[in-house]
Amino acid sequence: MKVFLDAMKHPGIAAKIIFSVSLFFAFSAPSWASSSDDGGGFNPGELIMHHITDDYSWHFFDGKYGTLYLPVIVYSKERGLEVFSSHHFYDEHHNLVSYNGYVLEHKQILLEGSDEKIYDFSITKNVLTLFILAALLCWVFISVARGFRKNEGKAPSGIQSFFEPIILYIRDEIVKPNIGPKYERYLPYLLTLFFFVWFGNLMGLIPGAANLTGNIAVTLVLATGTFILTSISGTKNYWTHIFNTPGIPLPLKFIIVPVEIIGIFTKPISLTIRLFVAISAGHIVLLSLIILTFIFHSWLVGIGSSLLVLFIVLIELLVATIQAYIFTMFTSLYIGMALDEGDGH
Amino acid sequence: MLSTILLDMSLAIMGAGIGAGLAAIGAGIGIGRIGGSAMEAIARQPEAAGKIQTAMLIIAALIEVIALFGVVIAFLISQNTGV
Repeated sequence: MKVFLDAMKHPGIAAKIIFSVSLFFAFSAPSWASSSDDGGGFNPGELIMHHITDDYSWHFFDGKYGTLYLPVIVYSKERGLEVFSSHHFYDEHHNLVSYNGYVLEHKQILLEGSDEKIYDFSITKNVLTLFILAALLCWVFISVARGFRKNEGKAPSGIQSFFEPIILYIRDEIVKPNIGPKYERYLPYLLTLFFFVWFGNLMGLIPGAANLTGNIAVTLVLATGTFILTSISGTKNYWTHIFNTPGIPLPLKFIIVPVEIIGIFTKPISLTIRLFVAISAGHIVLLSLIILTFIFHSWLVGIGSSLLVLFIVLIELLVATIQAYIFTMFTSLYIGMALDEGDGH
Repeated sequence: MLSTILLDMSLAIMGAGIGAGLAAIGAGIGIGRIGGSAMEAIARQPEAAGKIQTAMLIIAALIEVIALFGVVIAFLISQNTGV
């Protein structure tokens, strides 16, 4: 118990202990599961994958009404545009069946007996979460903006009094020091970015919610925004430093210039992977700890893992905020680097 | 003999576990150094404790992600072995 209490005082160490414990059990579990029962056994890895990946239906709880079947929108040259419910892919025993020539294979819709490319515009779980998130952000920030207009020069009120300090913090502590005097042009985008990532991370922690910011496509789009913004706001000095680095001899330029060009692309890639991994791995660790109970079939383990899960969720709340902060900070840092006018160094 | 060892998928899972463990060791060293340096800095300048703590947390989060790389990669390896 003392070790545990000591660990509680040092979140880093505690996290490491929990990681090692959860990894030990998470990865030794599948071999036991397969040896104890073969047919239709409980597979922790599959369950975790089901929770952290995208899906055509949104499963809340077992039973007839526990699943929300989302619309499938597919386009192919052969069949044209077709819209139908993903419910058609399942029979009454929840087995996969083909519908109207379409099959769902490895979470991908394919045309039966044809290799033709299908363009999939389905409203999946993540897309629906994205819509909900967009609506939530609009609602929150329109009311904050309205409050700001109403209480101009006065103390903030209502929901505004919660968000105004955060907005000011981002402006004064993240954006202004990193971008410099021209920060105002970029502030709306960076604020949107911060709150999108933050709200997305927090929504992912709600039980039953989709893992939106732990989807590499979403984080890639966010990083692409950073990439475009950095590239279009790059000054002459910024590009000169990349393609014709001044002050170094010619033979060295053959080495430096390719490295600098790769550097343009590694920045958004590192942003993409950082957010994706931080959020996905958090979910994997949480689920692994919960699954321990079902592997051991013991209520004692249940109590232990519940306590650990509570602790990890608190860390995840912190991580959700810090990752949003880091994403915004690096974006403004890169923009600040691109805006550098070259005052000599 | 060699082929049985090479085809044994449980070795892949063991490798995943060892890899994740090594990533955790690296991250542990990194976070330990950050924490130690932050303590020293706070001891030298107690009035700057707030700023130092914020910076410490952010850098610790950057390193934590490296440990999580280990988790995700180990998880993907153990998923793809099909055991």
